[in-house]
Amino acid sequence: MGYKCLAKDKFSELVEKFTKEQDVFAPIAQGLEVKWSLIDDPSKILFDFKNTSMSPKGLFFPQTECLFEFNNNKDAEDAFILKETSPLVKKRTLLNIRPCDARAFSILDKVFMKDEDSLDVYWKDKRDKTILIGLACTNPCSTCFCTQVNSSPFGEDGLDVLMIDLGDKVVLKDVTDKGEEILKGLEDASDEDIKKVEELKKEAESKINANLSMDNILSREVLEVYEDPFWDRLYETCLNCGACTFYCPTCHCFDIQDETKGDYGRRVRNWDTCMSWLFTQHASGHNPRGTKKHRVRQRFMHKFKYMPIKLDGDIGCVGCGRCIQVCPVNIDVRDVIKNMNK
Amino acid sequence: MLVEYTKQIQEAAKRLLKEKKVDCVLGYRQGTIPLVDAPYFAYTEEEVDNLIWSSFCTKNLANFLIKRTDRVAVIAQGCVSRSIVGLINENQVKRENVYILGVWSPGMVDRFKVMERVGGREILEAKEEGDKIIVIGEGFEEVIPKKEVLRQNCLTCVHRNAVLYDEFIGEKGEETGGGNRDMVAAPWEKLSIDERWEKFTETFKDCIRCYACRNACPLCYCAECFVDESKPQWCGKTQDEADVYTFHILRAFHCAGRCVDCGACESACPMGIKMRVLTSKIEKDIRQMYDGYEPGMELGAVPPLSVYRPNDPEEFITP
Ligand code: SF4
Ligand code: SF4
Ligand code: SF4
Ligand code: SF4
Repeated sequence: MGYKCLAKDKFSELVEKFTKEQDVFAPIAQGLEVKWSLIDDPSKILFDFKNTSMSPKGLFFPQTECLFEFNNNKDAEDAFILKETSPLVKKRTLLNIRPCDARAFSILDKVFMKDEDSLDVYWKDKRDKTILIGLACTNPCSTCFCTQVNSSPFGEDGLDVLMIDLGDKVVLKDVTDKGEEILKGLEDASDEDIKKVEELKKEAESKINANLSMDNILSREVLEVYEDPFWDRLYETCLNCGACTFYCPTCHCFDIQDETKGDYGRRVRNWDTCMSWLFTQHASGHNPRGTKKHRVRQRFMHKFKYMPIKLDGDIGCVGCGRCIQVCPVNIDVRDVIKNMNK
Repeated sequence: MLVEYTKQIQEAAKRLLKEKKVDCVLGYRQGTIPLVDAPYFAYTEEEVDNLIWSSFCTKNLANFLIKRTDRVAVIAQGCVSRSIVGLINENQVKRENVYILGVWSPGMVDRFKVMERVGGREILEAKEEGDKIIVIGEGFEEVIPKKEVLRQNCLTCVHRNAVLYDEFIGEKGEETGGGNRDMVAAPWEKLSIDERWEKFTETFKDCIRCYACRNACPLCYCAECFVDESKPQWCGKTQDEADVYTFHILRAFHCAGRCVDCGACESACPMGIKMRVLTSKIEKDIRQMYDGYEPGMELGAVPPLSVYRPNDPEEFITP
């Protein structure tokens, strides 16, 4: 355990060490957007960016994922017999992931890998084979509020290594054993560097001024929050699109479909969204979340009330602010939190 | 915020609520982030103080009238009033339930164009002063002529004043945005089939199927959209090209003869996808093939593709 240090011009060498045996993903600039991409040229890796437009959840929970295939010819010997899809062949490293997004993965681990009986093998395979090297936020967005939801611009939860950009060099801190292994052989950071890291951390945290509190949400009765009259106004302008949920690093609903074409068949899962009426539509015709109000309320109740109850206090939001930026009608989760916290 | 307009809108809204002519007033409130003002229902005179009018009012308020049973006053510029006419004609909105506060639109701003202007840097504040937009971020302040960042549909708009209204707020203004819609409506028309396909795939490759475009559109009120239907399943649910493209092509066709080119779909898209390249081409075709028909201009008008007549034009059908 401890802080190591690496000159920026040596960073490419570190990355190249990974790319030899692994797939390395990192945020790169594409037009106006910052996107997660497979890296072939380490010089493209960004250090100066806010966050990626889409979260990296798709790298573990792809928007469309084939779960298995089957022969759809009923006369064939192997008719309808499940053919497993192959697990990841190569190990992977995600570089410069932001602490909020890494934390989202540790929250989702509690959902997808809760226990042996409900293990999501697709999620686990990718999680087990991926190393997360985070990049601390020294300059958070105006919409960030990670510090208000148990996270931090320098948060370590979910990461193997946390890096801090000091301009001409990076300071690296191992968080897990895997991380320690990676940093072996690197120079120790100087006391001066470590002091600088502390300063940057304080500065970054002080830039987040959302001023939210969760205390009352957590202590209020479920039904009391559920029946709060503010929902009646909140839902009015929601479009019930999926933008907020698809961008959210912790939203994880999916839909399963069987697709066939001639003799070929496969089962796929696709991202779904609780904002859609179809998500809860029963075959009987009944819909337990039949109105827009039900659906809007569900998204926030799930994150801020049900998840903490089910996941030992973990809130289903890491404060990345993406939903605020993408909502076409400006439904702002910070306002929702304030209302729920009355 | 357009101060003068805002004041006049608030005055009218208060009066209507006080006189109990309506139950609420549908307009916009200031957004919590720059460049995105939010649709808003004001039910009381105090709430009216939140109503504003700006160049960032990029949704189509007609969309929020559907299924409402109360009496709503709605602020409507050209395209929104045309959408209301369309919805009345399609029996989705009752004329007597809406009180249209007609306005003239100076054109709305495309936030992606603004973001491009500042090189993707984070914008912390956006103001408007006359015909200029001022955007402020950490260490920069840029003054941008509004005309340079208007939405494409606003540039080529030809009905900027409300076409149907109970009351007009302010003075009527110039009807057109100045652009030539026939020149830009169908940018792919001149390309070869291969090039067109290339442009098409390039345009839609980043779509994440969040359906914000569909849900922002006042035409997409179907109880069950074809992409959601499962018996039969018209369209797959995956991110495979075929599924994504099927969604866009079919949605565009469903808007034929009904789309008023309000641009709400593009403004709602988080990915900045310009899906109007499909609907604006169809809009042009409808105009040219059906005697200059423009949707939403007249109560009682019949959308050309919703009826069959034996003498319908069919020259464009290639055997
Ligand atoms: S709810 Fe919004 S702010 Fe919270 S994690 Fe999801 S996208 Fe980020
Ligand atoms: S809150 Fe916004 S992004 Fe989410 S479903 Fe509603 S309109 Fe879409
Ligand atoms: S809003 Fe944009 S990303 Fe969403 S479905 Fe429409 S085109 Fe695709
Ligand atoms: S398709 Fe787009 S431009 Fe046409 S009416 Fe719908 S939202 Fe407006």
